[in-house]
Amino acid sequence: MKTNKNQMDLEMNLNAPHSMGTTIIGVTYNGGVVLGADSRTSTGMYVANRASDKITQLTDNVYVCRSGSINLSFASTHLTLLFYLGFLAADSQIVSDYVRYFLHQHTIQLGQSATSKVAANLIRLLSYNNKMLETGLIVGGWDKYEGGKIYAIPLGGTLIEQPFAIGGSGSSYLYGFFDQAWKEGMTKDEAEQLVVKAVSLAIARDGASGGVVRTVIINSEGVTRNFYPGDKLQLWHEELEPQNSLLDLLNSSNPEPMNI
Amino acid sequence: MSSIGTGYDLSVTTFSPDGRVFQIEYASKAVDNSGTVIGIKCKDGIVMGVEKLIASKMMLPGSNRRILPVHRHSGMAVAGLAADGRQIVARAKSEATSYQSVYGEPIPVKELAERVASYVHLCTLYWWLRPFGCGVILGGYDRDGPQLYMVEPSGISYRYFGAAVGKGKQAAKTEIEKLKLSEMTCREGVIEVAKIIYKVHDEAKDKAFELEMSWVCDESKQQHQKVPDDLLEEAKAAARVALEEMDAD
Repeated sequence: MKTNKNQMDLEMNLNAPHSMGTTIIGVTYNGGVVLGADSRTSTGMYVANRASDKITQLTDNVYVCRSGSINLSFASTHLTLLFYLGFLAADSQIVSDYVRYFLHQHTIQLGQSATSKVAANLIRLLSYNNKMLETGLIVGGWDKYEGGKIYAIPLGGTLIEQPFAIGGSGSSYLYGFFDQAWKEGMTKDEAEQLVVKAVSLAIARDGASGGVVRTVIINSEGVTRNFYPGDKLQLWHEELEPQNSLLDLLNSSNPEPMNI
Repeated sequence: MSSIGTGYDLSVTTFSPDGRVFQIEYASKAVDNSGTVIGIKCKDGIVMGVEKLIASKMMLPGSNRRILPVHRHSGMAVAGLAADGRQIVARAKSEATSYQSVYGEPIPVKELAERVASYVHLCTLYWWLRPFGCGVILGGYDRDGPQLYMVEPSGISYRYFGAAVGKGKQAAKTEIEKLKLSEMTCREGVIEVAKIIYKVHDEAKDKAFELEMSWVCDESKQQHQKVPDDLLEEAKAAARVALEEMDAD
């Protein structure tokens, strides 16, 4: 559809696929794992949910960071209809729901908690064998046999165990950062600070990531959820302070802050 | 405890008035008539041994194996009808590999025992199937340590420190109870199992037999394997010596 393009035309394209253009991170530390994510779900340029929770529980001791899109092809819509009765759901939600169900049965059969490796393998089987699904997942958990473990399961469904993993559109900006900042055997606080800093850096650069930073820490003692509001995060190079309205800039003392 | 269940023993789907299923009890008789099979749990692993009664002098030593691997970490020793035993082992192998495919890790021995027991029990529920005529000793080493299970033709399965089935099971159990298993390593256990099998073997009733042994322990890197030849020979020699000493008394 041809529109009259002028300078102020914001093409929102509200019929674009819902995308969890995202930043997700999983990091092991000495004693457990820290999972982190942003909270933005976007439809094209509109933020459909600015406070979504992308870190989903699978069992008491295993969580998964989800990224990917709501796929509108027939096959996955058929699947989603079965379980969501007409409401749309992200592929990653379907996968994690199935896996949560399988893990629950497995726990009953086994008589004890499932391990993070088993959770990751079940996710991998669904992801690998159903290639039409669009999911990028990071599984993190703690069990008494292996301790804290992180497993990355990107688009094609490969499963790879790593000391840390990053995913989502915002992760592109973090590869160099982690090369420099990651080290073996961090403490819990060091690891969480690293995750929060990383998500915050990605939010600054990636338009599809934003909102708040959520973290989940899993260790032998249990699970802790933390929340870092977006406006309390450190400002990076050339980042503007949070504004209620950009029009306020015109009334401020310096109406052209980017003018050097 | 022998009794004839006339009229109530024709089908595995019939109970007797005193609450027994005679077909299953008859299946156990098949197990009791076979060569002795022993399993023990030592502090660092499992040792299993079989008194393989040789039917004919023409048989090649080492053939007709009675201890079969199920997965890298576990093996099964079979007493009773050998063909039935092969079916059970095949099912166990299949369960173990499918568990590994789905869950990405080796099947816990407890889970494997439960699945084998369910399968054996299944065959006692339908009139068109007959119960398995074999008792199976399953030894495995998973992340919870070494474990020993025994599955009977009824489908009952328990976990044991020491188990015996077959002809000499009563005598074997008495001998096993004399051992201090929690202080024994598998190396020592192999010698003890050989001694027990030689001891319970009835020279009068059965002529020749071959000793078959396997273990899964720290020394074998938690893999199920045949006991190494040198250790096996050492065990056989020690057993013969012990037998002579006993005869000399």
